[in-house]
Amino acid sequence: MSEAITREEVAKVARLARLRLSGDELDMFTEQLGQILEHARDMNALDLADVAPTAHPFGLTNVVREDVVEESLDRDTVLAMAPDARDQRFAVPRIQGEAP
Amino acid sequence: MKSAVDIAADVRSGASSAREELERTLGVIEARNAELNVFLHVDVDGARRAAQAIDERVARGEDVGALAGVPIAIKDNMCQVGIPTTCSSKILKGWRPPYDATVITKIVAAGAVPVGKTNLDEFAMGSSTENSAFGPTRNPLDPTRVPGGSSGGSAAAVAAEMTAISLGSDTGGSIRQPAALCGLVGVKPTYGLVSRYGLVAFASSLDQIGPFSKTVKDSAVLLEVIAGHDPRDSTSLPEPSPSLVAHVNDGVAGKRIGLVRELFEGADENVVTCVRAAADALRDAGADVVELSIPELALTLSAYYLIAPAEASSNLARFDGVRYGLRVKADDVTSMMEATRTAGFGAEVKRRIMLGTYALSAGYYDAYYGQALKVRTLTIEAFARAYAQVDLLLGATTPSVAFKFGDKTDDPMAMYLNDVFTIPTNLAGDPALSVPFGTADEGLPVGVQLLGPGRSEAQLFAAARVLEIADGRS
Amino acid sequence: MTLPGEWEMVVGLEVHTELLTKSKLFCGCENHFGSEPNTNVCPVCLGLPGSLPVLNREAVEFAMRIGLALHCRIAPSTFHRKNYFYPDQSKDYQISQYDLPINSSGYLDLPDGTTVTIERAHMEEDTGKSTHLGGSGRLAGAESSLVDYNRCGVPLVEIVSGPDIRSSAQARAYAAELRGILIATGASDGRLEEGSMRFDANVSVRRPGEPLGTRCEIKNLNSLRSLQRAIDYEALRQIQLIENGAVVRQETRHWDENLAETSTLRVKEDADDYRYFRDPDLVDLAPDQTWQDRVRAALPPMPAERRAAVLALFAAPSSAQRDAVEVVIDLGLDPYVHAVASASGDTTLALSRAANEVAANLKSVANLTVDAFVTIVAMEQRGELSATQAKTVLGAILVDGGDPHEIATALGFEQLSADSLGATVASLIEDHPDEWLRYRDGDDKLAQFFIGQVMKLTRGQANGKAVIGELQARR
Repeated sequence: MSEAITREEVAKVARLARLRLSGDELDMFTEQLGQILEHARDMNALDLADVAPTAHPFGLTNVVREDVVEESLDRDTVLAMAPDARDQRFAVPRIQGEAP
Repeated sequence: MKSAVDIAADVRSGASSAREELERTLGVIEARNAELNVFLHVDVDGARRAAQAIDERVARGEDVGALAGVPIAIKDNMCQVGIPTTCSSKILKGWRPPYDATVITKIVAAGAVPVGKTNLDEFAMGSSTENSAFGPTRNPLDPTRVPGGSSGGSAAAVAAEMTAISLGSDTGGSIRQPAALCGLVGVKPTYGLVSRYGLVAFASSLDQIGPFSKTVKDSAVLLEVIAGHDPRDSTSLPEPSPSLVAHVNDGVAGKRIGLVRELFEGADENVVTCVRAAADALRDAGADVVELSIPELALTLSAYYLIAPAEASSNLARFDGVRYGLRVKADDVTSMMEATRTAGFGAEVKRRIMLGTYALSAGYYDAYYGQALKVRTLTIEAFARAYAQVDLLLGATTPSVAFKFGDKTDDPMAMYLNDVFTIPTNLAGDPALSVPFGTADEGLPVGVQLLGPGRSEAQLFAAARVLEIADGRS
Repeated sequence: MTLPGEWEMVVGLEVHTELLTKSKLFCGCENHFGSEPNTNVCPVCLGLPGSLPVLNREAVEFAMRIGLALHCRIAPSTFHRKNYFYPDQSKDYQISQYDLPINSSGYLDLPDGTTVTIERAHMEEDTGKSTHLGGSGRLAGAESSLVDYNRCGVPLVEIVSGPDIRSSAQARAYAAELRGILIATGASDGRLEEGSMRFDANVSVRRPGEPLGTRCEIKNLNSLRSLQRAIDYEALRQIQLIENGAVVRQETRHWDENLAETSTLRVKEDADDYRYFRDPDLVDLAPDQTWQDRVRAALPPMPAERRAAVLALFAAPSSAQRDAVEVVIDLGLDPYVHAVASASGDTTLALSRAANEVAANLKSVANLTVDAFVTIVAMEQRGELSATQAKTVLGAILVDGGDPHEIATALGFEQLSADSLGATVASLIEDHPDEWLRYRDGDDKLAQFFIGQVMKLTRGQANGKAVIGELQARR
C-alpha cells in the first residue's frame, strides 16, 4: 500500500468532500497528501492482523439518557442563524438528486 | 501579575474587586491586542456586567466560587451564548451560538469572568496559530515568533498577562505545545474528564479542553472547576471532578518516573538539556527516575495524522451553508455547498479534510484508518506496560523552542513533526501537562512534559509543582 | 398476480419505523408529528457546532422489543456515521448502526405458514423534511427547497428481511404482519399515512434455479396497496426488459401511485462512498442479560399468538369470523372479546360488535372500558337491548364514555327490561286470544305477529329474540 496518491484520486476525494480545487491546488494536494501517506508507510508495514482496533480510548458502554422532553430552541433564534429562510424553514437552492 | 488563586482570594476578601481585576485585564488587552492579535472578540459589556454581579454577590456575603472575579480567556472554538464563535474560520464568521458549552457554564458558576474569545489555528488544526483566517497571533515573549498552536491565542493571553488563566483545547498537543512555547503550564486532561459539549469538534476521540496558567496551582484550580461528569457528553467519565488542588504539594518522593527516550530524542540540544535537568530535579526531590524506551511511540504520528483528519472530515461536513455561517450563492445545492466550503475553509483545513476523506474512503479504509486504529491499540498497550513499571513519564513537550513566522508553513510534514512528542497521549486518552523548565540560548522558555495514566492528574500536578519550585519560579 | 412463464420474483423488504418515544433519538426535543416547522429543534438535532448526541434509553428498549418480537439475537452494537451531503441531514452524516446492529438473525412467520428471515433490525436517526418550490412540488423540476428539521433525529428502527419473499401478496402479508407486531410492541403507531412506517422493496426476477438477478430498490412506499402494486409492476418491467434482450440496471426507483408505474430515481454511482466509521461521540451499546430479560418480561403477546387465542374461542370459525378476527387483532381489540369470553358471554356477538361497531370508532376506543363492553354484550344477549339499541349504546359510549345502564336509561331503552317486556307480551296475549291459541298449538309463524305488535307498542325498540323468549315461556 501507500503508493503516492494520484491526481485523479485527489480530484475524486475533493468531490466527495464538497471542495473545489484549482489545477494548482490539485497538484499541491497530490504532492502533500502523497508525502503524508508516504510517512504512514512505517505503520502500513506492520502486520497487525491480530490487533483489535481502538476507536475510543476508554471502554464506556450503555451511556443513555432518560426519554424526557427538554425545551427546544426558539424558532426565531434558529432561523436568524440561517443564510436564507422562508416560511419558517431553511431555504436552499435546487436539490439535484434524491437522498441515498 | 497576580495568580488566579490570589485574584479570587482578594475578590472574596474585598481586598480587590472583580471590576478592578477586569479593568486591569481590559487595559492590557487594549494596550497589546493590536500588536499580538490574541483576542478575536472582547466582550467588554458582558464581562463588566458579570464582574459587577460578582462584586454584588460578594457584598451580600455570598460564596462566589473558586474563581471569584477571575478574568478568563476562552479559545474561540467553545460556544458561549450570543458571543461570536468563529474557530478562526471564515465559514463561521458572525455565528453566535444559542447555547453555552458546559465548560462555560462551569467557570461562570465558579465566579470566573469570561472576557473574550482567543485566536487559534482554523478549527484547531495547526501548531503555530498561523492558520487563523484572522491573522496569526504573536508570541508575547518574542513577537517575531509563533506562540505555538492551535491554542496560540489562549497561551498568548496568559503570557502577555492579559488574564491569569485561559481555556484551550488539545487534540494532538494544542495546549501543551503553545504552553511550552510561551513559558506556561498547560494541561491535556484524561479523555472524558472535561465535557466536550459545546467544544466545536476537530477530532472527537482525541479532543480535550484544558487550562493554561503561569502557575501549577492555577491550572489545578481551573481543571478542578471544569472537570466532572456531564450528561450531555456520552464520552464523559462517570465520576465527579477529582480533588487536585489539595494534592499540588504532595511532592514526588518515592515515585517512579520514566524518562522516555522516544519523547526527547531528536529534539534540539537545548531542549534535551532542560529535560535531563528536569529529571535531575525530580530525582533531587526524592523520585526514582529511570530511562526507558517505548518503541511503539514512533508510530503514533502516522496514526494520528490519519485518525484526526478522518474524524475531522466528518465533523466538518456540517459546514455546508444551509443552517448557519457562510453561504456562497449558487444555482443548485451541491454547487452552493462546494462554493461555500471552498471559500470558507483555509488550506490546512482543506488538506486535512482531503486526507481524512481519503483515509475513510472505499478501498483505503483498511490500509489507512483501520490500520491507524490498530496502532492506537498498540499505543495504549505500550503505555499500560510502561505504567506497570513507573508512576509517571517524563519527556520534552516540543522538539524546539518557539520558531519564527513562516518557518514551517510551506511544509505540512515539518509542521506535523512539531507534534511528535505530544500526540501519543492523545491517542492513549491519558493526561499530560507541559511545565516550563529552564531556558534555551535565545532566552526562550523550554517546556518539559509529564505524562501519566488515566486519571493521574493529581500526581502530574504534584510533579509539575516540584519542577516549578526547582526552576525558581515560586 | 402470477408472473408469465416460469419467472419467479425475489423480494426483500426494508421497513423503517419511527419509534414512539417522547423525545428524539439523541436529544431532548419532542418527537412529535405535525408540529409547526422547526419548533422541535435544538443544538444537537440541528447539528450546531459543538453539540453532542446522547442515546435515548427508551429508543433502545423499543428496538430491543422489536428484536425480541422478531426472534432476533440481541448483541453488543455500535453506532456509525454514514457520511453524505444532503440538506435535510443537519450534520451531513446520519448516525446509524452498521456492521454491529443491536438485533440480527431473526424471523417472522406469516399467517400462511411462510417464514421470512430477518437479517437485522437496527437503530438510526431520521432526516428532516424538504418541501419543494416551483415545478410540480416534487423534487424533480423544483427551483428551490425549504427544510424543516423537526423530524431530524427522530428514532427509527430499520428492519431488513432476507430475500425470502416470492410474491407481491406475500410481501403485503409480511408488511401487514410486521406492522401488527410493531404496534403490539408499543414501539410504533404503524401510521402509514403519517410516514411513521415506510417500505423499501428490493425486487429482482429469475427463472427457478437461476442465481439472483440484478435488483432494483423501490423507495418510500407508504401503503400496503402501493407496496403490492409497485412490486408487481417492477417484476413485470424487469421480465420484459430481460425478455427483450436488455439488462436490468441496479438502481433506486420511485413508485408513482397515480401513473401506477416505477421510474428511475437514482442510479447507483461510483461516487456513492459513505465512508462509514464508528461515531466517536457515542459509546458501545451492550445490553446485558438483566436488561434484556426485563424487556422480554414486559413484552406483550404478538399478533400470531393473539390470533390463535381468539380463534380458540370458536369451535369452527367461519370465514367471516376469521376475517373479523384479523380485524380485531389488527386493531388490538381482542381484549374486549376475551373479556366477554371470561364472563361466559356470547363470543360470536362480542367478535361481531368488536370487529364492526368498535372498529368503526377506533379513534375514541379509549372511551370504551372492557367492563362496559362486556355489559353491553350481556344486555343484548339477555334481550334487554335490541341489536339496534346495543349498537346505539356502544356508539354513544365510544363518543363520550359512560355507563351502559345509565345510557340505556337515558335513551329510554331500559323500559324494555325483562319485566316490562313480559308485561307487554302478557297484555298482547290477552288482546289477541285467537292468535295466541294458534301459536300455542305449534304455529311458530304467529311469533312474527306478536313481535310486530310488540315493536309497534315499543316503537321498534324491543328485541325480537327476547319477545320469542317471553312467548315460549308462556306456551
